[in-house]
Amino acid sequence: MFLLLPFDSLIVNLLGISLTVLFTLLLVFIIVPAIFGVSFGIRKLYMKSLLKIFAWATLRMERGAKEKNHQLYKPYTNGIIAKDPTSLEEEIKEIRRSGSSKALDNTPEFELSDIFYFCRKGMETIMDDEVTKRFSAEELESWNLLSRTNYNFQYISLRLTVLWGLGVLIRYCFLLPLRFKEFMSKHVHLMCYRICVRALTAIITYHDRENRPRNGGICVANHTSPIDVIILASDGYYAMVGQVHGGLMGVIQRAMVKACPHVWFERSEVKDRHLVAKRLTEHVQDKSKLPILIFPEGTCINNTSVMMFKKGSFEIGATVYPVAIKYDPQFGDAFWNSSKYGMVTYLLRMMTSWAIVCSVWYLPPMTREADEDAVQFANRVKSAIARQGGLVDLLWDGGLKREKVKDTFKEEQQKLYSKMIVGNHKDRSRS
Amino acid sequence: MGSRSSHAAVIPDGDSIRRETGFSQASLLRLHHRFRALDRNKKGYLSRMDLQQIGALAVNPLGDRIIESFFPDGQRVDFPGFVRVLAHFRPVEDEDTETQDPKKPEPLNSRRNKLHYAFQLYDLDRDGKISRHEMLQVLRLMVGVQVTEEQLENIADRTVQEADEDGDGAVSFVEFTKSLEKMDVEQKMSIRILK
Repeated sequence: MFLLLPFDSLIVNLLGISLTVLFTLLLVFIIVPAIFGVSFGIRKLYMKSLLKIFAWATLRMERGAKEKNHQLYKPYTNGIIAKDPTSLEEEIKEIRRSGSSKALDNTPEFELSDIFYFCRKGMETIMDDEVTKRFSAEELESWNLLSRTNYNFQYISLRLTVLWGLGVLIRYCFLLPLRFKEFMSKHVHLMCYRICVRALTAIITYHDRENRPRNGGICVANHTSPIDVIILASDGYYAMVGQVHGGLMGVIQRAMVKACPHVWFERSEVKDRHLVAKRLTEHVQDKSKLPILIFPEGTCINNTSVMMFKKGSFEIGATVYPVAIKYDPQFGDAFWNSSKYGMVTYLLRMMTSWAIVCSVWYLPPMTREADEDAVQFANRVKSAIARQGGLVDLLWDGGLKREKVKDTFKEEQQKLYSKMIVGNHKDRSRS
Repeated sequence: MGSRSSHAAVIPDGDSIRRETGFSQASLLRLHHRFRALDRNKKGYLSRMDLQQIGALAVNPLGDRIIESFFPDGQRVDFPGFVRVLAHFRPVEDEDTETQDPKKPEPLNSRRNKLHYAFQLYDLDRDGKISRHEMLQVLRLMVGVQVTEEQLENIADRTVQEADEDGDGAVSFVEFTKSLEKMDVEQKMSIRILK
């Protein structure tokens, strides 16, 4: 027992010293530069080394799987089936041509084989459709040591386990408490946002900063997670528009309102589009007020596509400054599936990811032209954002996640098909 | 720790499903992943609602008929049932035609079975015949409100007359097959899964 005591205190001392050193280092390297907006290249180094480790880990896993002769599941971002992009008309004509024994001048109106087209198309969508893909978290082709993104989790060798264990330790014991402490304190807006950005180890690349939104305008961006707000706000002053949330978000919102004029709505008010439009217009017309930050999609998409923008924000008639935000999924999946996770779970996941790496592009301002209506303008902005961010431009409403699709699309298909079978009818004599 | 604690290789009855449908292990994995993506509430089976949520399927004029084909009896389809239907659309490979063991049942993706799948889409009451009335209803699904009742009846009458050989006013499966004998069914009713 006598021997234990000196050892104990030695260890305790060592621990104490190392912890103090660690915290001081972190303090110096993170908080101070954040205040002054200066950055050391440390985060870039961190990112590079992480990438190398991931690549190695994936290779190791593949080798291990081959040795045991197991099948590895490789996610496929381009879809799992081979599709030919032909139109309804072309395909049905081809089907008829290949099966018809009739002479070509006697063009048939309807064939039993027409059903094959709809049949196959339907089956293709069951196997693989664009939208359901968008709403599950983006699949990664290499493993990033977060077991949540990896489907093949069981195929790991001992070395990998150790590395993964170390990763967990680092993430949960060091990074998390530090970030949590920093995340809760807020003084001045910009400084706070910057600290958050550093705290999440977010590495953001801003492009074209000369196009940053100015007062009296509306800033429009695609929406993947609440972190979008932090990312944009750390690079400029914005007035926020949004729903009043309960819980943690609500507390933060109330704190923010005291510092800057924002526009918050109750959930019921949101349904009243005229009220929303009126308040937004008032804000925009006051030139001294900050540009409004709006995410017109209405829900979180998983950052591979830009769903249909709701037209409300585009009716107001102010200058729109589009912004494209794209996250690099290798370092941490920023997607928030609000029907699956609550806010706190999501934040926890964010903070225990390796890093958040994203790019922000400020696009040149756009205004609505005289001959286009709000919907067309919205689509134009959406295409610009999608093109810049390399995201897939989709027609589907973001509300698809919770509701079913409207019937107008089905009618279009029916119209096309009817033209095929009835259009010819006029040429034939009635039998 | 993660939200997806699934283990890819452990598909229940994986081997027997593979033998029955002829899908490769890799394809089966993909389809299993797809099955789980569609099964939003993690029930372990799919209901009609799950399939109706697929936007691109909802705009297919025959979407409901296709969904119905997955539920031959009851309200649920499990993974083997799901794959069994999809197996009809597996492309025909040379190895299938070579090993024609007469004792083994016909593969699900044979020409006959592909045609039978299409036949089922028309045959609403599953009595083995497509009556004029059923033809009319399916046509109505495909054209919506764009065509008048009279035009549609003409088309239905003509189609049934041309295919009907024994004169019973309905198209049986044999007659259906005969009228499509020149059709390259194998190619038109196949979907290739990428490796």
